[in-house]
Amino acid sequence: MTEFEYAAPTSVAEAARLLSQAKGRAKILAGGTDLLVQLREGLRHADLVVDVKRIPSMTEIRQESSGSWRIGAATPCQQIENHPGIRSSYPALADAVRIIGGWQIKNRATLGGNLCTSSPAGDSLPALIASHAEGIIAGEDGSTRRVPMESFCTGPGKNVLQDGELLEAFVLPAPPAGSSGAYLRFIPRHEMDIAVVGCGAMLAVTNGKITAARIGLGAVAPTPLFAEQASQGLLGQVPSRDIFAQAGEQSRAIARPISDMRSPADYRTHLVGVLVKRSLEIAFRRIQGESIDPLHHSWTAESSSL
Amino acid sequence: MAKKTHVTTTLNGQPTEFLCEARQSLLEVLRDTLHLTGAKEGCNNGNCGACTVLLDGTPVVSCLVLGVEVEGKSVTTVEGLADASELHPLQQCFLEDAALQCGICTPGFLVAAKALLDENPCPTEAEIRFALAGNICRCTGYDKIIRAVQHAAERLTLRDGILLAKQK
Repeated sequence: MTEFEYAAPTSVAEAARLLSQAKGRAKILAGGTDLLVQLREGLRHADLVVDVKRIPSMTEIRQESSGSWRIGAATPCQQIENHPGIRSSYPALADAVRIIGGWQIKNRATLGGNLCTSSPAGDSLPALIASHAEGIIAGEDGSTRRVPMESFCTGPGKNVLQDGELLEAFVLPAPPAGSSGAYLRFIPRHEMDIAVVGCGAMLAVTNGKITAARIGLGAVAPTPLFAEQASQGLLGQVPSRDIFAQAGEQSRAIARPISDMRSPADYRTHLVGVLVKRSLEIAFRRIQGESIDPLHHSWTAESSSL
Repeated sequence: MAKKTHVTTTLNGQPTEFLCEARQSLLEVLRDTLHLTGAKEGCNNGNCGACTVLLDGTPVVSCLVLGVEVEGKSVTTVEGLADASELHPLQQCFLEDAALQCGICTPGFLVAAKALLDENPCPTEAEIRFALAGNICRCTGYDKIIRAVQHAAERLTLRDGILLAKQK
């Protein structure tokens, strides 16, 4: 790696000051699982590396008085996966961070890093969209602004962050009553691969009818997508396989995938329909108290309440 | 010459100090500065797990940690597994079960497996495979490694049971 200076500030204000002084020549180090590889391979350059893991507000998970949860942007995926409050309130996010990488990677790689890398295939992003999360962005003048997850990425590797800004935390609103969720990823093996398609879903059911639904899609467009129409189409409906399949069909309509070494485009579009349907079904069955591990769930031998 | 930072850490239970450049990985520092060559450089980009060490008790790939980041933290390498007189049960079981061939991946597997058994003394086969999915082995086909970890788990729980009985 080429030479750089290292700083480990203990407050967001100090980090923002360092970033603004460096005038675009600084990079933020959270888990380092992308940044250090890119610096080593010469894909990115930095005069200054700002390690944000010593900033308390960026590394903690806490529930706010409103019932929403705040997750520091530099919180490692493994901590999120292990957190009982996150697992029960945001199962889609817990599913996603569980399969984002191997154990060693999950102990370092952070939720904020996954978002700021802004890969169309980032596993946590569809789950964050489904969880209605917002990012809190801190500016150099001490100001903050909030950006919904579906508006954060602007293209592959690109996002709304300006020079001197940093992503401080995520806020996830309290989940609606009677809700659950799921994240499903298609890869051509059991584990440890980049998503061909990813789908996060959140569903709430009250008195037998769907009262809230959000579907997030990954790896089918230059940025992760919120399938808004498909989500809204579920409201007021009685949960059934047919209704979930319909949401899958509607979600297919917004997919704009590319063909690459992982998959031809039309297969990705097909997968959107399948994963939307299945993730909604898992969410619904979880609402009913079933314990489902998406990694080991068999879709061939079905016995379900649906 | 590039500026060096003074870093204080606990390495395999011992207070340790070293000087390093900001750009040096923990793996480089361990191997080249501190001469602990147990952690291996396989891919040097976080894919293979051969450089796995414990950072404050959790497994990480030391190629993707900067040396300067471990200030005030504790690091355990494969050299910290055995005590003066005997191998760690995992190491003994890897030998007995022939869970290694070329040996490059072995330190990483041992360290990750130790972290697993510290956290979950009786893992299922699926749990072992999931926990070790970040470690790549190109020789054994994994089955012997999984069996060695299962045997070590049995041996450790037996040992801990006997210790507990003696204390009572």
